Amino acid sequence: MRAQVQLLPGGRLHFHDGPIDLIVEAFGTRNTINHAYQAASARFITVLDELCEEHSLLRQPPVDWPKGQVAKSMYAAVLPYAQDTFITPMAAVAGAVADEILRSIIGNMTTAANPTRAYVNNGGDIAFHLAPGESFTIGLIDHPDQPSLFGTTTVYSYQATRGIATSGWRGRSFSLGIADAVTVLAETAAQADAAATIIANAVDLPDHPAITRVPACDLAPDSDLGTRQVTQAVGPLTPEEISTALEAGAVVAYRLVSRGLIHSAALNLSGETRIASPHVGAVALGRPPEKIPA
Amino acid sequence: MPGARPTQVPEPIPDQDAIRCDACPVLCYIKPGRAGSCDRYANANGQLVRVDPHVILGHALSQGTSLVPFLDQTKEWEGNIVPGYEAFVTAIGAGTTYPDYKPAPFIISSQVQGVDMVTVVTEGIFSYCGVKVKIDTDRHLGPETNTVRAQGEAVGHVTTSEYGSQMLSLGGVRHLTGGSRKEGTVTCETLLNLCEKRPVELTVDGGATVIVQAGLPPVVDGYKEERMRVGCGSATIGMFAKQWHGKVDEVVVVDDHITGVLSEHQAGKLLGVPATGIKMKGRRSTPGRYFRVAEPGTAWGGTNIDDPLSILEPFNPKLAWPKLRLLMVSTTGEHRAYFELDENLRPVETELPKALSDSVARIKENCEPALSAVLFMGGAGGSLRAGVTENPVRLTYSVRDALTRVTCGGAPVYVWPGGGITFMVDVTRMPNNAFGYVPTPALVAPIEFTLKRDDYAALGGHMDHVRSLDSLKQSDTRRHLNAHPENPWPLSPTAQKKADL
Repeated sequence: MRAQVQLLPGGRLHFHDGPIDLIVEAFGTRNTINHAYQAASARFITVLDELCEEHSLLRQPPVDWPKGQVAKSMYAAVLPYAQDTFITPMAAVAGAVADEILRSIIGNMTTAANPTRAYVNNGGDIAFHLAPGESFTIGLIDHPDQPSLFGTTTVYSYQATRGIATSGWRGRSFSLGIADAVTVLAETAAQADAAATIIANAVDLPDHPAITRVPACDLAPDSDLGTRQVTQAVGPLTPEEISTALEAGAVVAYRLVSRGLIHSAALNLSGETRIASPHVGAVALGRPPEKIPA
Repeated sequence: MPGARPTQVPEPIPDQDAIRCDACPVLCYIKPGRAGSCDRYANANGQLVRVDPHVILGHALSQGTSLVPFLDQTKEWEGNIVPGYEAFVTAIGAGTTYPDYKPAPFIISSQVQGVDMVTVVTEGIFSYCGVKVKIDTDRHLGPETNTVRAQGEAVGHVTTSEYGSQMLSLGGVRHLTGGSRKEGTVTCETLLNLCEKRPVELTVDGGATVIVQAGLPPVVDGYKEERMRVGCGSATIGMFAKQWHGKVDEVVVVDDHITGVLSEHQAGKLLGVPATGIKMKGRRSTPGRYFRVAEPGTAWGGTNIDDPLSILEPFNPKLAWPKLRLLMVSTTGEHRAYFELDENLRPVETELPKALSDSVARIKENCEPALSAVLFMGGAGGSLRAGVTENPVRLTYSVRDALTRVTCGGAPVYVWPGGGITFMVDVTRMPNNAFGYVPTPALVAPIEFTLKRDDYAALGGHMDHVRSLDSLKQSDTRRHLNAHPENPWPLSPTAQKKADL
């Protein structure tokens, strides 16, 4: 068996298969949690194989609907953008896997036996479930490669948000933009994942000399981005340049908010943050810690 | 269909450098020096290797390569703790407890020669930390207390020099968080690079530019330092006077600190070396010993002179004689010149006789290789200690009483006396990629506390979080290294000092 499932301290479950690492946690009675974890494990085992079966189709812009359930979610998530820009379903893979595992937990139970809360965290792309009256507080980071909170946001059960995703050039996937991190709240993790990719690509300063870009295929010969230039380093930027790049991304983010594709977004570049949200307070930013005690 | 458009399929671009990973069905093509999409498998010079983050040190009978080869031989670690083989779980990649003061990520129990031991591993976030750099060179790097810069930002200062070495003190909370954002970021990056044994270019205000890399010779103003001086100029005279006696009439050992002159030096007097009428520049200290013959610099013997004759006044005609043989040499033997006085008692450079070139070679041989040493220094704060025990100060006392051994990525540390747990560690004794950082900015460093299980319980340890070494063996997320051959084994009872006495 290639896939691995391991119980972590604190009652969380760690799923691992190839490039997929999930942290799953369900809240409720012991029995409910057991059921949830068994359902998630049963579903997880085949996910990577299903995706790899259609890998080449998923690595090209949307032309034909794939067959797999996860693949279809990925495809649907990127479709709204395919008219205007280059994007492949792979842009939503992490979110779509998180959604699928969450669905397996919730869908296999009667409403009464459902966990009060549950989340599936796929490397920062998170799908979650909230029973009425429940909420999740989510920490926001401004550098995906360095876990440090710059704020938190709380999602309540009465809100429509059930997915969160983060994208940026410092993350595990390539980015065409220079955002350190763009975090998006949307109805599903797959939708958030695709939108975060689009917005992070838009945070950019084209032709800026301090930005190092390399053809994606030079780094990973099988990248779906082919010869497109992906960001590898961002040198020092002036406050004006940071502002210009963030504005470019925020314009795109607001457009997605008004199209109803996402609920809100937080854009980070060089320590500066822009919030794109339909109304003030939708993303309540907590204060960052004053200093880290050693 | 809306949004659909024909486009070419991005076929994997054939690349002769890339290898194809078959660890999972994604079948990534991985270029040299890069990892696959899982970040677990990488191409290291054409070899598929595992680069799992959590480091476990192995104490094997034979010393092999550091990285575990993948799907190769029987070397791959499968988590079996076989007899004669011990594993020590380091804190590298273990994660940290900040900010929710909970028990450290891993508290591992193991039995060592019948004694139940516990190792608490955590990655500490050190906002109070820095590096002490010892640069083996007599070349003047810059005045004491002057600012040391990286990328133009102040990252530290020149501190008091040591024998044969210049010392820098870099980092610290004032540069990390007390200055501008950029100063903090550059300081953090500089510390991280130095701790990870990468080369760093440093410039001293009013001084030299030096490239420092832990365990390698320093490069001062583009000049690669080869050797440390065997002693000051005066000491060198003392050491080699007998070997020179009879083969040369006068020797000057040029040194920025104390330049020695054979005929005036006590050692020369004892051998009956006659006065030569030599007249030195600089300030005479005691006979045959001169301070400040020139300005500090990066040329002869750590001075600024390229022409050794520039530190000599004309010879005294009442004492000197034509054909007088004069050797001038630097304290490391790297610079040397041989002269004979002409009829007008002026030195004329001539070829160095064989007998003397041997003695110069001897000086050189006695000068050890010049290296840069980088010691990471940090203090474990209250919250880190709280991850070990519910009563943090007891951990301090336990370390003080040598009941608890502190290691840094499995490497031995020196713990400073006095309050707190402030320690220093030679970064070359630590595995690669042991350090990280957070944007505070602050450095992340591994720290392990090893003690007897009973002692751990006594100091209020998180006993309910102690897990066995075996509980880790199923996991795929560990990097398994052989212990550094020069490090004492962290679990070895003989190193338990006071506890066993």
